[in-house]
Order: sequence, then structure tokens, then C-alpha cells
Amino acid sequence: MGDYLIYTDSQKCVACHACEIACKTKNRVPIGTTLGKIVIMGPKLVNGQPRMASLFVPCFHCEDAWCINACPVDAIRKRSKDGLVHILPDLCVGCKSCVLACPWHIPQWNAAVGKAMKCDLCMDRIDEGLEPACVSVCPTGALQFGEPATLSHQSRETYALNLLGRSQSRYGH
Amino acid sequence: MKKTVYTLCFMCSVRCPIAVTVEDDEVIAIGGNPFVPAMKGICPKCAAAIGWTHDPQRVQSPLIRTGPRGSGQWKHATWDEALGYTASRCKDIFARYGSKSAVFCERVNLTTDISKTFMNAIGSPNYFSHDTVCKGSINTACRSMLGYTDGQINADWANTRHVVLYGRNVFESIEVKAMNGLLDAMSKGAKLTCIDPRVSITAAKSSRYFMIRPGTDLAVNYALIHVLIKEHLHYDVAYVNRWVEGFDRLYSFINPYTPEWAEAETGIPAHDIIQLAKEVSEAKPAVIFHYGYRGSNHPNEIHFRRSILMLNALLGSIESKGGLFIKKGPKDAGLKAGLKKFSDQSFPKMEDTRRFDGCGQEKFPIADPAHGVGAMFPHAVLNEDPYPLKVLFAFRYDPLYSLADWNQTRKALEKLELIVSCDINFGGTTSLADVILPETFFLERSDPLQMGAGLKPAINRRNACCKPRFDTRPMWLILKQLAERMGAGQYFPYETIEDIWNYQLSDTGIAISDFDKKGFVTLTDKAILWDRDNGLDFKTPSGKIEFVSSLMEKHGFSSFPEYPKTEMPQDRFRLIVGRCAAHTNVMTQNNPYLNELVPENVLWINDVRAKSLGIENNDRVEIESGAGKGQIKAFVTNMIHPEAVFMLHGFGHQESGARRSYQKGLADAMIQEAIMDPIGGSPAFDHTVVQVRKAEV
Repeated sequence: MGDYLIYTDSQKCVACHACEIACKTKNRVPIGTTLGKIVIMGPKLVNGQPRMASLFVPCFHCEDAWCINACPVDAIRKRSKDGLVHILPDLCVGCKSCVLACPWHIPQWNAAVGKAMKCDLCMDRIDEGLEPACVSVCPTGALQFGEPATLSHQSRETYALNLLGRSQSRYGH
Repeated sequence: MKKTVYTLCFMCSVRCPIAVTVEDDEVIAIGGNPFVPAMKGICPKCAAAIGWTHDPQRVQSPLIRTGPRGSGQWKHATWDEALGYTASRCKDIFARYGSKSAVFCERVNLTTDISKTFMNAIGSPNYFSHDTVCKGSINTACRSMLGYTDGQINADWANTRHVVLYGRNVFESIEVKAMNGLLDAMSKGAKLTCIDPRVSITAAKSSRYFMIRPGTDLAVNYALIHVLIKEHLHYDVAYVNRWVEGFDRLYSFINPYTPEWAEAETGIPAHDIIQLAKEVSEAKPAVIFHYGYRGSNHPNEIHFRRSILMLNALLGSIESKGGLFIKKGPKDAGLKAGLKKFSDQSFPKMEDTRRFDGCGQEKFPIADPAHGVGAMFPHAVLNEDPYPLKVLFAFRYDPLYSLADWNQTRKALEKLELIVSCDINFGGTTSLADVILPETFFLERSDPLQMGAGLKPAINRRNACCKPRFDTRPMWLILKQLAERMGAGQYFPYETIEDIWNYQLSDTGIAISDFDKKGFVTLTDKAILWDRDNGLDFKTPSGKIEFVSSLMEKHGFSSFPEYPKTEMPQDRFRLIVGRCAAHTNVMTQNNPYLNELVPENVLWINDVRAKSLGIENNDRVEIESGAGKGQIKAFVTNMIHPEAVFMLHGFGHQESGARRSYQKGLADAMIQEAIMDPIGGSPAFDHTVVQVRKAEV
């Protein structure tokens, strides 16, 4: 995902889809079309107890991106500074090669303007020091945005501090 | 040029504090107010608010009806024409039937003080709010036991150790702050027990889920109480001795209601009930048995809600960290006074104070007249009981789809001489109106300040983020201008929102500029909890938590009537209803993004029952009750109790002006019978018995 990741904390996700709606309003995505997509499994009953899980699927911003390789007019570019893959709408001729080439069909067809569009992780927001729209609205903080190293530090710290806290209370400190 | 405006959402009634980014007078982004840590983000409804700023399907100017009711034939009017027309029609009708012939209904909001001022100014006692339909019996139950309304108490989600919810769908109704409080508590080990005939998202997030037989929640509570007090050490004896009135009556009353008895009634195994009682006892007093909202609305609701409060009291969790608490206001925070109210002015004496619903009077002596008993509206109109009703002001509230028995409500609306609607959309009642006075959308308007009572009381402000896109006005201005044309303008001493703010703040010592930085002013930094030994200020006659309620007994209602066994014909179902994260009641189905997310409702039906009726997933089925029938798509699943069918509230709109939601799904109001809790005042929305069959093609 370029130099970034969006991590889904399934425990916190309540399947509300605010992420998708914020993406649509920010990026003026036509109704019926979805850039960032939250995928929900369940709820389903497992031994009488309902369970569910979630995973957010934006564009992965691949290192060797199928869409870039497929575009006949060079309308899809990778930003050198952080590897974000984005479409230059002025150059797009609407051939849909990128939609077909992407293994997940992540580029979308914008019928209103006859061009492809895709998740660019809201790179204009990132340049302003903000999170992508999807992450910024998540009501529970289930979506987390950052660089892989930062996410790793945070998760390990949370895990370890929790564990240390428990062992402290066990030994009565 | 970008700017950030701190304001209050109004996509639902929660009114979350939000931060709105505006560029060149366009709203470009909405997020949680960063000065409120639990506002980590916003819900989908708030995210979709942007979709309404330019929506051509909104009501774009005042309209006066020209064709038959509901025909969609309107003439555009100027504000002066529309207000003048409304006032002259009212004058004519009031000359014949008196001003009491007018009823005002609304969704409680920041202008409610001004709505009530309007009704006092024109001289009608007939005000009711959405609250009566949503939680009338919860309010009555709370006042009968604590002397406070449900609006005056809340739950300390963030510090709780165990929460028990009865259909209360916290993860789909989404109060952002409360939801995060609960998630934080759960990440620290708090348990969530969810009791619901249907698997909701809340059930899927719970530590333990019980698929209860519909309509039997009271039985499980009586059994929990039985375990708690018959095994003496499991409840908070000191708290009960100090603060509970009438424990002895409960002690003898609860005798027959054993866990084994409850198992037969509810389907929840006795050993699970005993286990739950032990767990909540261990977690006391950081326990929340949540008292509302929605879900499990049956005719015995008053007793069910009271039993919830009894459980909290037995565990000492009323006014405890991690339990329930009584909201604190400006005086608790050391201020001399709170926000000054327009409705506290003195008004002329009303010629007739009898209410259309008999609320606080003979029909519903202990329901709360501040909200009324809205479910009585169709009956009162159709039967002219207690007198003819001729005018309805439906202000941001849609009785047609909100009250049970759509056909009856429709007849009542047809009988009225004048319907005045204030709405942003073409809702059901709005589409039947004689005149529409379109309200400015919340992102485009400022409103009166909100007193945010709580553990840390604060005053909050809704502030306009951009200019109105259409020819609309805020409700506080519409009501003033209408009152002026009806000869009662003197009770509205303001021209601008700043005048209103300054009036409200005049006794507080707070300046309006104090709101600029964060959108709110906190009155204290420290949570205010009263002393549990001697400082609990219950507003009941005894000053205690009244298990035996003086309010009820005084009016001839028993505090402990025998539990009525729930009967159910084998070939029928109980229709239960609920909400999803995408929609607010009946109001948001036509929002472009929310309509895309959840465009229609389906009928959840148990897979085993469906099979025996030859119904397969996605089949069209017909559902029929004593109130009406309709068709809807079936969702066949094992995630619902065999006795229940479920549908989302608020679909099946018939208003051609709202094209996205037009005829999508089925209105629950079409099927629900007008059954009520005769004491508490709530409609029994989950009590209608229905037949379901495969629809003929």
C-alpha cells in the first residue's frame, strides 16, 4: 500500500460502513460505485454465540502494479515520494484495462465522466498531514492508518503493556 | 480558504459533537470534535449528511398544496405567503374550535423550548414529542422509581464491568461516545450480555448472547432478582437498606419466579440465568442493566423497565462508577443558574387545559405531559375525544410512519383541516400537508444552545457551517414569524440567533465567544458523583428508590402485579422491529448515501419455521395482522427466535417526492396494531401477532 497500511481491528469494527460513505463524499464517487470497501463476514452463529469479522479493502498500491502496467496511455502513476498509485483523469481514455488487469478489480468505472477512478488513499489529505477520509471517520478507531513500522510499534506496545499490567496485578505490586 | 466549524450533528437525536471542514462555503469533510476524546469518528448517518447539502429531492421552498392531499401538487410560495396562509387558516379554525384544536408534534431538539413557547403563546395544551413513542414507558418507569426521567440519568459505559442489554442495540444505534466507552471497557475485560430474540450487531459483539422468546424479558428479570435476593449475599445489602423503599414487598412477590419457571417462559436455561446473576453480582456496583431504548416494547413495558431499575438498585449501581448515574446540571457544577428558557415566561391562562391524549390527566395519569402520549393522536382525531382536533403542526416529525397502524393514522390525518409541516424532505406526513415550511438543514443553521447535563456538565452549540442552499429557514425563526402573524409575537424576544444565545446565557456568566474555540463550554473538569452513604438525591416522595411506587399506587396501579404468561398461537409470529446503523427512524431512507447502503427492509424469519411454510430465502412473502398487510422479501435465517419475525423500522415510503425511497420495502407501521402500555404510555411496537405466507405471484 505504498509506504502506508490501513489496518482493520475487527474487534472494534461495528460494520457501520461510515468509512465507505466518507470515501464516496470525499472523492465524489457515483452512487453504486465503491473505492474503499469494508467487507463483513457474519454475523453468524457459532455454537449459539453470534460472531462477525471485518476487513477493509482499499487499493493496495502494489509495488509492481497491474493497473499501471496495463494502462495503454500511461494515465496511472506511482508517486515517487511514497509509492501511492493514482490515476491522472486528464489522460485516462476510459478503456477499462486497469479494471480488468487488477486481480481484485479495484479501479472503478465512473460512468458519470466515462473514466476510471481509484483509491489514492486520499493523497491530498495525506499531504496535508491528515488521515484518509475512510480512517478519519471510523467511529471506533477500528481502522488505523500509518506506516508499517509505526503500526508494529503501537501494536507491540499495547500488547506488552497489557501483559505487564496483568502480571503486575497477579503479583500484587 | 479552509475553516473548521465545531457544531452538533442532527442526523439523529444523539447530537454528537462534530468538526466540520468548510472550503469556499462548501462542507468538504466531517469528523468527530477532536476536543472530545471519545468522538473518535462519526457514524454513517453523519458521514452521509454531506449528501443532503445539495440534494435536489429536498423541499426547496415553502409550498402550498393545490391538488388533493398526497397528490404531490404544490405551488411554490414566498415565506410571507406561506406563513400568512398558515396564520389565516389557523385563525379561521380557532374561531370555530378554539386554539386547543391544534396539536404540535416534534422530534425533541434544540428548539423544543421555543416549540413549547409557541404552544403556550397560541394557547393549546396539545404538545407531544417523538420521545413518547420511543420511550414513554421508560420515562414513566424512571419517574416512578427514582423521581427522575430517563433523560436525567445515563450510564457510565467507560468504567463498567458488566452490561446487560435487552434488545438495546448500542452498536447499531451508535451514540459514538457511549459506544467507545463500552468498547474501551470491554477491552479492559468488561462483559456484555445481550438478550434479544434476534441477532443484531450488538449480539455479535457480546460476550454472551441469549435468544430470548419474544415478549418475555420481564420473566428473565424476575428470575435474576429471585436468584439475587434469595441467595442473600448476592445483592448490595447496605445500599438496599439505605436507599430502597419497598424491598420487603419485592421479597415476598418474587417467590414464585424461580429460574426454572423463567426457563419455561423465556427459553433461557435456568443455569444460565443463575450464572448471569452470579457474574453481575461479582461485578457490582460497576454494572449496567440498560433501561432502554427500543426493543422489547410490550403492553407490560412499565413493569419490565421497572424491573431493570430494580436490578440496578439491588446491585447498588445507581449513582456508581461504572453503573448508572444521575445527570448533573449547572447548579451541581457551581453555577448560579442554567440556560434561561423562553417557555418560563408567563403566558395567558388557557381556556381549556384538557389534553388530547389525557396525559397527566384521567387517561394516562402518570405518563409525562412534557412529552405526551403521541400514540393517542389518531384515536383523539377520529373520535373527537375529548374534543375536535383540526390542526396539526408536524415539525420534523412524521406521525404517519412513526405511530402504529398506518391506515388509522392516515384516516386521522385526512380528517384534519390543516396540516403544517416543517421538514427538510418529503416525508409521509409532509407529503399530506397543506403547507410545508421547509427547515434549514442542520449543517446550514445555528440553533439555541444545548444544556449537556452529565457527570461533567457542559453547554454545547450548534453553529452554521455554510449558507442555506435553498429557500429555507431555521425552526426558531419559523415559529417566531408564525406567532407574530397569529398575534403572539411578544413571546419571541429575538431577531437573530445571537439574541437567543445571549438570552439563554444571561444568568450564567458565560459569553458566547467562549464557544468559539471548541464548540462547547465545560462547567467542571471532574466527574460529579454523589456520596452513596448520604448524598443521593432521589426525587421521589420518600427520597428513596421506590420499588413500591407512591406515584403508581396513588393512581391505583400495582407496583407488583402478577406476571402475565405470554401466549402465542402456534401458527403465528410476533412481529418485532428495530434499527440499523444506516437510518434514523423514518427520516433518512431517501438520503442518497444511506439509501444506497440500506435501500429496503426484509423480513427475518426463522429457517425451521420458513421451511414448514415453504418459504425460501429472498422469496416475497405476505405479512398480515389486524391492522393491515403487505409484501416484503424474506430473509431466512437461524439468527431469529422461531416465534418472532423481524423487520427494520422506517421503510415502505409512499411519497413520490422522495424518489429513492419510494415504495422500497414495507412500513412496519402498516402491520403494527395500535397496542399500548396503558400505564407507561409507550406503544407496544413489538407485540403485534402476524401471519406470514408465501406471496402469490
